[in-house]
Amino acid sequence: MPLSTQSQSGNDEYILVASLDNARNLSNILKAISFKDHAIFNVTQNGLKVTIEDSKCLQANAFIQADIFQEFTLKEDVVGFQVNLTVLLDCLTIFGGSTVPGVNTALRMCYNGYGYPLTLFLEEGGVVTVCKINTQEPEELIDFDFCSTNVTNKVILQSDSLKEAFSELDMTSEVLQLTMSPSHPYFRLSTFGNSGNAHYDYPKDSDMMELFQCTKTQTNRYKMSLLKPSTKALALSCKVSVRTDGRGFLSLQYLVRNDDGQICFVEYYCCPDEEVESNE
Amino acid sequence: MDCVTTGGNVKVLAKAIHSLSRIGEELYLEPVEDGLTLRAVNSSRSAFACFLLSPLFFQRYQTPSDQMFRCKMPIRSMLTVFRSLSSLERSVEKCRIELNSKRSRLTVTLHCRHGLLKTHNLSFQDCESLQAVFDKDSYANILRAQPRLWVDTVLHFPPSLEEVNVSVNGERVWLRNHVEDDADTSRAMMTELCLSSEEFDHFALSSQTSITFCLKEFRGLLVFAESSGLPVSMHFDEPGSPVVLSVSDTVLEANFVLATLSEDSHQRNHNNNKAERPQALPEPDDFMSDDMDSYLIAMETSDLAGPSHEPVTASCSTNHRARLPSEGDDDEEEDEESLDRPPNKKFCSLFFGSVLPVSSQLTNQTVQSQEVLASDSEDERQEE
Repeated sequence: MPLSTQSQSGNDEYILVASLDNARNLSNILKAISFKDHAIFNVTQNGLKVTIEDSKCLQANAFIQADIFQEFTLKEDVVGFQVNLTVLLDCLTIFGGSTVPGVNTALRMCYNGYGYPLTLFLEEGGVVTVCKINTQEPEELIDFDFCSTNVTNKVILQSDSLKEAFSELDMTSEVLQLTMSPSHPYFRLSTFGNSGNAHYDYPKDSDMMELFQCTKTQTNRYKMSLLKPSTKALALSCKVSVRTDGRGFLSLQYLVRNDDGQICFVEYYCCPDEEVESNE
Repeated sequence: MDCVTTGGNVKVLAKAIHSLSRIGEELYLEPVEDGLTLRAVNSSRSAFACFLLSPLFFQRYQTPSDQMFRCKMPIRSMLTVFRSLSSLERSVEKCRIELNSKRSRLTVTLHCRHGLLKTHNLSFQDCESLQAVFDKDSYANILRAQPRLWVDTVLHFPPSLEEVNVSVNGERVWLRNHVEDDADTSRAMMTELCLSSEEFDHFALSSQTSITFCLKEFRGLLVFAESSGLPVSMHFDEPGSPVVLSVSDTVLEANFVLATLSEDSHQRNHNNNKAERPQALPEPDDFMSDDMDSYLIAMETSDLAGPSHEPVTASCSTNHRARLPSEGDDDEEEDEESLDRPPNKKFCSLFFGSVLPVSSQLTNQTVQSQEVLASDSEDERQEE
């Protein structure tokens, strides 16, 4: 069906219509959390929240606010559905995902409600593609119960320095150990691999450290396999906030600027590896 | 032990390690008074590489005070530390290598921009000294050229090419790919390059000769030479005698010692070849018999290595090696004996025997000198 017959009359049927002049503003940020197939969409008047979970220990969320979209119409308070994120990304980049400046894929994303597919209209250079992706009942999301009042340690770092550390992490180590402390070593990432152990120390007065608020010394270990996917989000971001709470749960929040300079957020929550308890 | 490198030398150190990783799987590290030595040897013991970084290379150089320290570790452990050359160049200000003997760890600390500190505590194993005995100054032929020339030359050979033949005659050098006897020469692609003596910084030949050695390991040295911009010297003698490729400047010296194909198999290749070749080699002598090809390299396992030792000759045939008389077996010898060699491999290995130094500076070693073969039972009675 040609795009024009859908455009005006079609809007009345859909409970969600979201349009972007540049589909990359959605696809890039979704790639940052695409380590599993199934993603849960939670749409409110504020915008789009896309969640991926792994083994009940890791949760990644991407937030794309309503004002990022050129058009954002939601006829209900909350809309939720689950789709295959890999398929969605393949559709969003169906025109090849080239980065020729000035040539963008335009997107209109439409959803009719429970039981209907997610419909994507993609246009580039006069060519239109229509994709319909089946949706599923959204699974129950884990509530990590991570709230700011329980945060014991928090730092905000410029992403560049962490990018280097993460790209060099010893992958033969099963865990990534994070030490945060008001005293030396302040902020330390450690690995324990086949050739020995390695530590990456960031001093609190480093010019890469934008904020340093650590109240007590905590050392926690997280499974490397769970945290490795977060490097995609790190690669896109310009700043990252690292927080741990009293239980040793980790929150990583990434500030991502899209092609148009607008700000979106990606966050990762991770449970500590059970074998090591945090030090008080 | 405490060595500190700063600035551009960190990248040089990293390049040396990358270069050694093309030779062998293990890195042998030994700080001596002359400097820090980093060595590697390949599994068939036909290639040996050694970097000597003099104390001037370092901002601080301190050898262990108590005793001779030497260790080996899988080279990939060190490669992990120095993996990205571009990021080393960009962000590392200082590199410190310390021995933490209590915990038997070698600690490599990289001080980076923005206050970032990367600390690697690497485990290592104690080992015997790995030292090839060679005297490149005694070799008859020397060629020296800018690394660019060598790099441009080997570029013409496919990366899969194992062995290259270098022939010299008067004013010219030919490089050819080496084709095995049994290969079908009508199907093989033959590549030949000719360089005139003018292209070399130094061209000193005492005889026409033709040697064949492994290209892969030569490329390992070129990796280092190209980035350092230092001229590469090639020292060689007759076939069977190793070729020594080296670079040096005021603060470092690198030597790659590669075995070459021995004379008899080499002659056969020449006869098979239809292309015009420079006259081969000195007339055959006793060395041509199977049992008596000469070694000119022996690997020492004692800690008293030195280049002034007489090269040790031992028997070597193309398919098996006899053992030198030795007083103490060591791991390397046993490894060599158990190596499963393909039957038609014609390289003479750099024999890794335990050669006993004849110098009187033997320290508290309990090994006997070679002259004594067996003690008399009469002596024992006399001692009582």
